[in-house]
Amino acid sequence: MITVKVLKTVELSAWQKTYYPELWKGMVVTSRHFFVNLARFAGRAVGMKTKRPIVTIQYPEERRPISPRWRARHRLMQRPDGSPRCVACMMCETACPDKCIYITAGESLDGRIEKYPVAFEIDLLRCCFCGLCVEACPEDAIRMDTGYVEFGGYSRGEYYMDREFLLKDLGMEDKGRTTHAQYRGELDGVVVTRVDLLAQAKHH
Amino acid sequence: MLGDIGIILGTIVFVLVNILNGAGILTWVERKQSALMSDRIGANRASILGIRLWGLVNSLADALKMIFKEDFVPPKGNRLLHSLAPMFAMLPVFLTMAVIPFGPPVEIAGRVVKLQILDLDIGLLFVLAFGGIAVYGAMLAGWSSNSKYALMGGMRASAQMISYEIILGLSLIGPILVFGTLEPGIMVNMQNEYFFGWIPKWGIIVQPIAFLLFLPAAMAETKRAPFDLPEGESEIIGYHAEYSGMRWGMFFLGEFAEIVVLAGVLTTVFLGGYHFPYLFDAIEKTGQAGFHFPWGQYVPLGEWTVVIIRMATFGAKLCLLMWLQMQIRWTYPRFRYDQLMRVSWREMMPIALVNIAITGLVILWLAK
Repeated sequence: MITVKVLKTVELSAWQKTYYPELWKGMVVTSRHFFVNLARFAGRAVGMKTKRPIVTIQYPEERRPISPRWRARHRLMQRPDGSPRCVACMMCETACPDKCIYITAGESLDGRIEKYPVAFEIDLLRCCFCGLCVEACPEDAIRMDTGYVEFGGYSRGEYYMDREFLLKDLGMEDKGRTTHAQYRGELDGVVVTRVDLLAQAKHH
Repeated sequence: MLGDIGIILGTIVFVLVNILNGAGILTWVERKQSALMSDRIGANRASILGIRLWGLVNSLADALKMIFKEDFVPPKGNRLLHSLAPMFAMLPVFLTMAVIPFGPPVEIAGRVVKLQILDLDIGLLFVLAFGGIAVYGAMLAGWSSNSKYALMGGMRASAQMISYEIILGLSLIGPILVFGTLEPGIMVNMQNEYFFGWIPKWGIIVQPIAFLLFLPAAMAETKRAPFDLPEGESEIIGYHAEYSGMRWGMFFLGEFAEIVVLAGVLTTVFLGGYHFPYLFDAIEKTGQAGFHFPWGQYVPLGEWTVVIIRMATFGAKLCLLMWLQMQIRWTYPRFRYDQLMRVSWREMMPIALVNIAITGLVILWLAK
């Protein structure tokens, strides 16, 4: 069945064709934004509690909390004695679609564990952050919850993470990670800055 | 003799410093105002030792960048004209400000000093003449670059500027008829008279249509949006395609200076110049300087207080008009070329002519 849609060309009224009334309307809109924002900024400058003037987040100083489910840089989990939880089962290396995990297994002296990783290397430049390694791991030894999202470097070598580096990462756990509660708080309209997160971490 | 030279040099330095500073600060105002209008923050990253001054440092960084950039001259272009063009774009703008009175005449050490560089009795013609010379900047820039894009940009620019110069001239005839003078100083003083004792005889009140024609025409002369077809930096290449570094900067310094100067001309002709409503000095009210309100109240003020209030008034009106120009520039989208020409020749020009005819008839009728 053919339907016919009749398009009507919008005719401007004589009033609109004089331009100035319509131009004036436009000016009123932009001027309102200008003065409202100016008032809010001025209010902040003198210490009044105004509505946040502009939604822009000033990135290096302010950050949007990233979701706890965000797949950031990997880390290796530790046992209480500091040794890696990894048992070098090669599941992650197998699951990895980019083949960027390189594990060298060695025989463990601990009677309860057969193997441990002598070397555990990830080439971040090849990684596609799919998270399949995390899902494949039977020991919860590898996680991608560091919250580390700024991957900048001057050489390729910097992206080649060895076992010690991956284990060491535990130290910055508090810095970038966001709990579910914090993240939900952000979704309710509260912007949690990185500074706030640090303050909270100290408080607890 | 020496005193005269000193006075002239003093006013020149005062005006030049103010225009140049104004132009510099306007680059900052443009960024911040447009940002606030569109709910953004605006440039604020440049810093000196961590001091950002709400982005003011960005203007300094910009100037530094332009000074140290490569100064490129097209190898097959005309070297002389290529370096002359930015000066032609900038110089007339500064010269125009010479006839704008920025304050009332003051008496210093028994000598009457006019706060105006050049007291010309053909002042408004001077303004129009130097507006006309500004066309050469754009044309020469396009021509001397030996580039087809720049040439087309120059053609567009000159066509636009010449079209709108006609509106500029025609819309000024209304106020000239009403005030009966071309001299800005006298024109300003005539705007301190009042209809029925309380409505100031400002140009915008006696000639509202002329104001509504003059403002867009003058904005077209500055080549800024919505009339920025000659430049159209990123979409349609403009006449300064082959310019870089400070020479390119000179075109834009000229443009920003033109905003200041334009605000000056508009203030002088349409907004009563340096006059604050109901404020008179000792000469106008025989020894009774101060506010003379229409309901009979009299607030006496010192002679110098009046002068200072008047200069501040001029500055405030200037700021208001610069704000208005910025607001217009960031509110309206660019005209299409045929719209640009149609607005000028088929819409604004007839209105301007009718305005002149009606103004003339009314003046004749009133004179009877």
